[in-house]
Amino acid sequence: MPPTKYFNVMKNHPSKELAVAALRNGTVIDHIASESLFKAVKILGLDKLTSAVTIGYNLDSAKLGRKGIIKVADVEFPEELLNRIAIIAPNAVVNIIRDYEVVEKRNVVLPETIKGLVKCSNPKCITNNEPMSTIFTVDSNSDELTCHYCGRSIHREDATIL
Amino acid sequence: MNTKSLVSISDIGREEILSLLDKARKFEENPNRRLLEGRVVATLFFEPSTRTRLSFETAVNRLGGRVIGFSDAATSSSSKGETLKDTIKMVSNYADLIVMRHYLEGAARYASEVSSVPIINAGDGANQHPTQTMLDLYSIYKTQGTLENLTITMVGDLKYGRTVHSLLMAMRYFNPTFRFVACDELQMPQEYKDFCTQNGIKFTEHKDFSPEVINSSDIIYMTRVQRERFTDIMEYEKVKDLYTLNNAMLEGSRDNLRILHPLPRVNEINQDVDDNPKAYYFDQARNGLYARQAIICTLLNIPVD
Repeated sequence: MPPTKYFNVMKNHPSKELAVAALRNGTVIDHIASESLFKAVKILGLDKLTSAVTIGYNLDSAKLGRKGIIKVADVEFPEELLNRIAIIAPNAVVNIIRDYEVVEKRNVVLPETIKGLVKCSNPKCITNNEPMSTIFTVDSNSDELTCHYCGRSIHREDATIL
Repeated sequence: MNTKSLVSISDIGREEILSLLDKARKFEENPNRRLLEGRVVATLFFEPSTRTRLSFETAVNRLGGRVIGFSDAATSSSSKGETLKDTIKMVSNYADLIVMRHYLEGAARYASEVSSVPIINAGDGANQHPTQTMLDLYSIYKTQGTLENLTITMVGDLKYGRTVHSLLMAMRYFNPTFRFVACDELQMPQEYKDFCTQNGIKFTEHKDFSPEVINSSDIIYMTRVQRERFTDIMEYEKVKDLYTLNNAMLEGSRDNLRILHPLPRVNEINQDVDDNPKAYYFDQARNGLYARQAIICTLLNIPVD
């Protein structure tokens, strides 16, 4: 990372105005903790989209301190894909926008099993040594992910996204 | 995909355990039966383990089946870079059952998902070794006449020892009381103590391998304390002899007490224990044959009379 002196750092304007433009149709994912934002970008595969994507980073948040926000024009993601974000951003809120109106607002929900998303932390696990998908079962009480193959558990926050 | 494999001891319940023990007893009465006539069993040992492989191969041979396979990954095509999936797919074309040992954890679970024939896990890294657990259970059942309400003392390496972890989990149906005897570095991991609490299993923890512990036990399950488990070699030198069992220590023990050990033993059981009738570890190894015969026939749906 280059030293901060190369950046022109300015204090954010304290007014409550929108930091990013409103969306006509599409999906807004709000309340992503800043440190998880780019993992969420990766999970959703935003780098492969052709529609307009706005990513807000380090925005003020009363709940999270610093938060991230993702706005994707003209795309509504499958619920299963959005719920995968819950692994790294359990507080994320999904807004579906149609004609400038929020037609659906919901929290992401941790899935019971996660396939092909998280890397097992055990170097001797078969999943790290064969061309195959990982499978984790999720304990929503403890936020632990357990590898279906080797049994190694990791905390949700420590999960490495493949 | 096949529906029946034995990958982990937690795959089988109380009734299945009791049924396997009953079949093992029948095989002990008569181990030579031609129940596998015309069948082929593959023993795929991606990691060498002479004791386990010979036990399985003897089990198959005494049942009249044929064995194919390899005893070392260096002589298989995995050394040419073939994936486990491809090896299993290929072998499941030839064999009716696959017994596999692998150095990677979760390998047997994965194999059971890609194989068209049943898989028996003969050890996958530090993860699971369910046939060892079945022979331990059979040894306990045989020497005590029951699995119910026993006091089982586990000694030595309780942190890394996969045999004690699996045995602990399998005993959950039978109301055991556990005593865990280990030094600070090798204590029973918290997850297994939580498992006991969740399942209403009583346990106590001890640093001393004391007469009180020994004299209140029905089973003492000894394990090897391995030097490589210690970050501090001085610590190893300090504790290595604290958990050695010798014959004099058994003086006030119960008549029904039996000493178990998964073998190989190094110095944790003194040679002078070997002639004590309470030493059971060599018979325990022989029980592996009957337990494995029972497992093979069960997975192949072959009735045992």
